[in-house]
Formats: sequence, C-alpha cells, structure tokens
Amino acid sequence: MFSRGAVVDIRSIGHSTIDSVLRLGYASRFLALTVLGSGVSFRRFRLVIREIYFTGVLSLIIILVSGLFVGMVLGFQGYQTLQTYGSESALGVLVALSLVRELGPVVSALLFASRAGSAMTAEIGLMKATEQLSAMEMMAVDPISRVIAPRFWSGIISMPLLAAMFSAMGVFGGYLIGVVLIGVDEGSFWSQMQSAVDYREDVLNGVIKSFVFGVAVTWIALFEGYDAPPTAEGVSGATTRTVVTSALVILGLDFVLTAFMFRGV
Amino acid sequence: MQRSTLDLWVGLFVIAGIGALVVLALKVGNLSSQTTGDTYEITAHFSNIGGLKPRAPVKSAGVVVGRVADIIFDTQKYEAKVTFKIDKRYQFSKDTSASILTSGLLGEQYVGLETGGDSAMLKPGDSITITQSAVVLEKLIGQFLYGKAQEGAADKK
Repeated sequence: MFSRGAVVDIRSIGHSTIDSVLRLGYASRFLALTVLGSGVSFRRFRLVIREIYFTGVLSLIIILVSGLFVGMVLGFQGYQTLQTYGSESALGVLVALSLVRELGPVVSALLFASRAGSAMTAEIGLMKATEQLSAMEMMAVDPISRVIAPRFWSGIISMPLLAAMFSAMGVFGGYLIGVVLIGVDEGSFWSQMQSAVDYREDVLNGVIKSFVFGVAVTWIALFEGYDAPPTAEGVSGATTRTVVTSALVILGLDFVLTAFMFRGV
Repeated sequence: MQRSTLDLWVGLFVIAGIGALVVLALKVGNLSSQTTGDTYEITAHFSNIGGLKPRAPVKSAGVVVGRVADIIFDTQKYEAKVTFKIDKRYQFSKDTSASILTSGLLGEQYVGLETGGDSAMLKPGDSITITQSAVVLEKLIGQFLYGKAQEGAADKK
C-alpha cells in the first residue's frame, strides 16, 4: 500500500514518539523517587544547605547584576514610550509590573538554568560516568536520596528567593534611571507603583511562578544528569539538553501560568 | 569550604531573599509613605477629589512643595478631608487656595496651591478654606452637550 520509503518514515515517527513518551515516563518515575526519597534531606538538612550554597549563593552575582541592568533598560525604554503620551509618571508601574509578573521569574529562571542547572547536570553526569553513583549503591547508600534529593530541594528553595532579588534589584535599577537620572517625580513613581501593584495578585503570583520554574529546572537538570550516557560526549550532550529543554519548558510554562493567573485581569 | 562559612553564606542568602520579598510586598506593593526632611501639616476639604491618591505631589507654581499625606472622608461635612505635608522651607499665606489639577490630559492628579495676599502665614494644623475640586471629565462633557442643546433650541426659536 505504501512505498518502502514512506514505511520507513512512518516507522521513524512512531519510534521517536515512543522514545519520548518512554523518556517522559522515566523522568516522572525519577521525580516520584526523588520526592519519596527526600526524607534524608530533611533529617540531615545540612546536605540541602550545602547545595543551596552551590545553586543559590553562587548564582547571586549573575542574578543581581542582570536584574539591575534589566531594570535600568526598562527604565530607559519605558520612559521613551511613556513620554510620548505625557504619562512618564507611570514609569514605576511599568517597571514594577513587568518585573514582578514576568521578567523576574522568567529571566531569573533562565539564568538559573544556565548557571546552576547545567552545573548540576554535569556534576551528576560525571558522578555517574566515574561510577561514584554505583559505588554508593554498593555501600547500600541510595544515591537518589543522598545526592539527587538535596539538590532538588535546594533548587526549589533558591529559585523563588533569586527571583525576588532579581525583581527588587530591577525595580531599584528602574528607579535609578527613571528618578535619579531622568528626573521622573519620585513620589508619583512610588505612589503609582504602589497603587497599581497588588500584593496577592502580582507579587504572590510571581513567587508561585518562580516556584514552579524552580521545580521544572531542577527536575530537568537532575534527570538529564542521571540519565546521561556515561561518556564525555554523553555528559556534554546532557548539559546542552538541560539548558535547551529548561529554556523551552520555562517559556511554555510561563505562558500557561500567565493564561491562568491573569485571565480575568 | 569550612562548615561555618558555608552556613553564614546560605544564611545571608536566605535573609536577602526574604528581604527582597518583603521589599516587593511592602515598598513596591503598598506601604505607608516615608517623608524626608522637616514638614508641617495642613488640611483642606474638597467636595470631590477625583483620582487624587496619597503621596501625590503638592505643587505651587509647578514646583513640588509637599505631598498628600492622608485622605479621609469627613462624615460631618460629607466631604473629603485631605492632609498635606508641606516642606518647612515653604510658607503660604492664610488665604492660599488649593485646587486639584491634572498633569497632562490623562496624567496623574496633584494639588496646586496658589498663595493669596494675606500677610499672616498658615501655621501647622491650619486648614485651607478656599478649595476647588477635581474636574470630572464626564460632567464637563455633559455640561458642554447640555449647553449646545440649549443653544440649538434657542436658535430654532
């Protein structure tokens, strides 16, 4: 009925579909095992603290500097546009809302994925390649609860904090440019911002977003590392996939979350 | 790395993160105003404040001389009672008039002070008696249309 070439094509489509579904299944099982095996990380919270240092504290510089510059650029560009309509006093609203709702969670999650996520993947991939994980199993230590779970929780804890710092830094950057440099009235900058930004509607939803991104990015990074072929090439491929997949997942999830959160607004 | 240094950094990180959240919630979200420098308070009653908000600027001749500190509804006069915090450096005469103005066509609203000829100055806690309420655009358009209709009716006669 079909020509031989068509059969091969269709077969390859089926093959890749089954492969990706299988991988998704493995990843979900991996997540379930991680959550189930995280008792140790709470009994020995020191493990998590050590990982928060590597994922959170060491990401601080890039997050703070990027936040400041994003805020400053928003200040400039927002002023240019708002000035055309004579409403440059709304600059504070523009900067704060775009940072708290969107840019804070999304950009800091993208930075987090490339700064901390890639490092996690490479570390765990290399642990696997050098058979450290198998060695742990030999000693009856569960590598998931000893190595994976603390990193997972550290990512979940760090992400919302980093996003909040990013937004706060960005608002400060917008203030620097808008009020200090250009000379927008300081009172209307803050007062309009405060009357427009709602604590629950905007700030809390931003935190929820960054929390979801934190789960997604750490999950992807850890799974890619755990699943990496134990070769140099395999680890490098897994690291690349972590960054690419995380970025796509963050942006996709952001659209879905935004559609749900701000539907009525 | 030493255990105590690591703990210190993580502790600082968590505190900074929570601090940023608090700043976002209070400073960006909403927080009572903090004013810098010495100020004194003056009140004024308006029959309609339009879209005036706390922390809006108080200007005289276009220069910011103070801020709106508080707006409440006076149940005795059935009017809005607005409290201004004026910079100590600026003194205004007793017969100063206050009006609610709009910067630009769609801009934010502010309070304009116009000083009078009285030699006695406003003291802290005094009230401005001559006030002009915010212009409500809908009312203005309504009046304009009504006037036009009247004109048209007069022309027909």
